[in-house]
Amino acid sequence: MPEQVKLHDVTLGYDRHPAVHHLSGGIKVGVLLAVVGPNGAGKSTLFRGLVGILKPLSGSISLGGLDARDIAYLPQIADIDRSFPISVFDFVGTGLWRATGLFGGIGRAERGRVASALAAVGLTGFENRTIGTLSGGQFQRLLFARVMLQDARLIVLDEPFNAIDSRTSADLLLLVKRWHEEGRTVLAALHDLDMVRAHFPETLLFARGPVAWGPTAEVLTQENLLVAMRMCEAFDDSAAACVADQESRAA
Amino acid sequence: MSLHAALIAPFTDFEFMRRALAAIIALSLGGAPIGVFLMLRRMSLVGDAMAHAILPGAAIGFLLYGLNLLAMILGGLVAGFLVAILAGVVARSTGLKEDASLATFYLASLALGVTIVSVKGTNIDLLHVLFGDILAMDNQTLLVVAFNATITLLVLAVIYRPLVIESVDPLFLRTVSRAGTPSHLAFLALVVINLVSGFQALGTLLSVGLMILPAGIARFWSRDVSGMICVAVVAAVLSGYAGLVLSFQTHVPSGPAIILVAAVLYIFSVLFGSIGGLVRQLFPGRHLEA
Repeated sequence: MPEQVKLHDVTLGYDRHPAVHHLSGGIKVGVLLAVVGPNGAGKSTLFRGLVGILKPLSGSISLGGLDARDIAYLPQIADIDRSFPISVFDFVGTGLWRATGLFGGIGRAERGRVASALAAVGLTGFENRTIGTLSGGQFQRLLFARVMLQDARLIVLDEPFNAIDSRTSADLLLLVKRWHEEGRTVLAALHDLDMVRAHFPETLLFARGPVAWGPTAEVLTQENLLVAMRMCEAFDDSAAACVADQESRAA
Repeated sequence: MSLHAALIAPFTDFEFMRRALAAIIALSLGGAPIGVFLMLRRMSLVGDAMAHAILPGAAIGFLLYGLNLLAMILGGLVAGFLVAILAGVVARSTGLKEDASLATFYLASLALGVTIVSVKGTNIDLLHVLFGDILAMDNQTLLVVAFNATITLLVLAVIYRPLVIESVDPLFLRTVSRAGTPSHLAFLALVVINLVSGFQALGTLLSVGLMILPAGIARFWSRDVSGMICVAVVAAVLSGYAGLVLSFQTHVPSGPAIILVAAVLYIFSVLFGSIGGLVRQLFPGRHLEA
């Protein structure tokens, strides 16, 4: 199968400090990949790089011809103003941006799509409420409905099941599997290893760099997890410039 | 005095009152929607700062051409854009936040503007610049104000969708589109244009009032953005009309009269507004079943 995402020696970070260090590899079209690693491993940074809101410090990421609009990204800490007076219906409707753009009308077909997305996440009946009235779990359902409407080839979910009760996460997990069945490439950063073992065929165990990458059962071994814990080094202000980087530039 | 004589006769009898009313309607149509977005994006005070920043430009226009409105408007536009861009550049290239750098620039601008006006003009001129005079609208100025309102509504229609999405969820807009930055800049330009319009009618210090006060009022009567915009426009027109009548009958200066009426409406809304008004909060009624 062709590769959807190709990482060429990617280093991502902030103020020259790498959070993802010299990562190379490919993600095939249509895989359901769990990204697992301790807090601070650089999972979010990797995702921000993938969706294009963080430029790599070195290396490159190719997306197999995907446009920014073909990517749906659900950030871990969404910068959403929940006090903004917008209804659930309109908010989810913004997921149609790819189809409607600046001026495209929202006709009967689009309304139907919004309604069915809301139904799929169990928010039917909430259409006219403002987003500020939703609970945490309901809000996560709302964000999933929007991802659904984005109809993207590549879906990137950053810790989508944090602080969500088991029933909600079970419902949302069903959606994730549906996207997988529809042939979309789905990446999810997760902490619940039992969930990963049960539902995600492939796993990238990650701590600034890859510890292991492949079929979930082979990746999530006790030994690998210990290595990942150790590799999560602290940010050091007096660190020297990376040598591998100079070599690759010289080459 | 009959009701007709008090409320309608000033406008049928005097042309300057009709012009003033026309200017108020144009200002309300353009400024009130901008005010709603300023409020929702927590930029109310940024609008205020920008209003001060316009002063030196208008003052230079005054210095060169005297009380020529077009020259003052042009100067104001240039100064407004300059300060907006400079403040943006300083905020982006240094650690200073945008509000702090804007505050610096507008204080400096205000000082510069007052200095320039007092070098040449009298205290009366200074008062005119600071508080405007909507009763002295000539054809040219009225056209400029109407033109600005038209431009505002057209541009707002174009950038409405990205502007709303950027206000709610900027990260989402960044991942699906590049329209965020251009629409934000266009919005800032609209703020400047409307302040310059309001400058003529209400002066530097109060021109932002016809934008922000109606927006604050609208927040207490509507739950969604389009409803707020409608309420804000109506509130602005109402304050303008009542302010003009008040000013005509009592000889209070027109600009402050308009803003005072808006302030009274605002206090009424805070108390009795159907959404989050204080009285509603004090007597909420019994809680519902579900």
